[in-house]
Amino acid sequence: MTGFPIIRIITKLLIPYILLFAFYVQFHGDYGPGGGFQAGVIFASGLILYGLVFGLHAIKKVAPPIVIEKCMALGVLIYAGTGVLTMALGGKFLDYSVLEHDVLPHWHVPSGQHLGIFLVELGVGITVTAVMTMIFYAFAGRKQV
Amino acid sequence: MNLIVFALLALLAITAVAIAQLRELWAVIMFTGIYSFLSASWMIILDAPDVAFTEAAVGAGISTVLMLSTMALTGKAEDIPRKSSVVPLFVVIVTGATLVYGTLDMPHFGSPDAPVQVYPDPSFVERSEADMHGLPNVVTALLASYRGYDTLGETTVVLTAGIAVLLILRKNEDEQDDTAPLARNKSS
Repeated sequence: MTGFPIIRIITKLLIPYILLFAFYVQFHGDYGPGGGFQAGVIFASGLILYGLVFGLHAIKKVAPPIVIEKCMALGVLIYAGTGVLTMALGGKFLDYSVLEHDVLPHWHVPSGQHLGIFLVELGVGITVTAVMTMIFYAFAGRKQV
Repeated sequence: MNLIVFALLALLAITAVAIAQLRELWAVIMFTGIYSFLSASWMIILDAPDVAFTEAAVGAGISTVLMLSTMALTGKAEDIPRKSSVVPLFVVIVTGATLVYGTLDMPHFGSPDAPVQVYPDPSFVERSEADMHGLPNVVTALLASYRGYDTLGETTVVLTAGIAVLLILRKNEDEQDDTAPLARNKSS
């Protein structure tokens, strides 16, 4: 799409803010509206916008399919791994209370339930971003038969 | 406020009728995008901004793109139906009437007796802030902590759906032409 300078420049201006907003929704989701799923779809729509305007090969350079398809499973692994971690620390599956710690209390490092929610939302966000992007690749990579 | 509500709902209904009427699939896809944006605005009015994010990003963004790429692979116009549409119309009217009849028993919007206000145990709302180290968002606390198993299941469903789509749609390795990026760029 080399012939549409306005679309390309506006896209380049907008994408950082879309991705930043996705991170805000992801990591501020404990305080405001949002969470992993919302952040994942917003992040993926930023990637897809880039792919639409600059072509499939450009987005595949930024987000290689071989990495993204591993991320699909990585997110679920982080989520379930949090549960296994809480079991290893002596609690029940996904019982985040055992994640309590006293590292750098002045820096407000997430602890206990907050840390658990942070980790599982991160897992949800990674899986949703990866799945949406891979589905876009699967659709956009096909030619008319 | 009421004016906005009525205008939004009227626009939703008009868009839905327009989608049903149109045969040009390009226009239909654009109208479904408009429908999603209107739904997102409606969710904002219902104080559900997180649902509105999702509706705007998935409904208006990603699914519009996916439908456009599907249309590029298939046809651009819907066939004119040859069969009579009396029976489908009858089924739709009966189903719609049943649904409307079902809403008659529902509590009024915002009523304090509504199940949605009563059934998730109010103690969740009262104790979540203390349980969660001062995290004020009860929705996140419910989804990620109290109902963590459900959300794990949902995430797995998303993964499974993604794997299924990839298994059906992905090309074979030898057909992929990522090695020729410049030629691809010119054609797209």
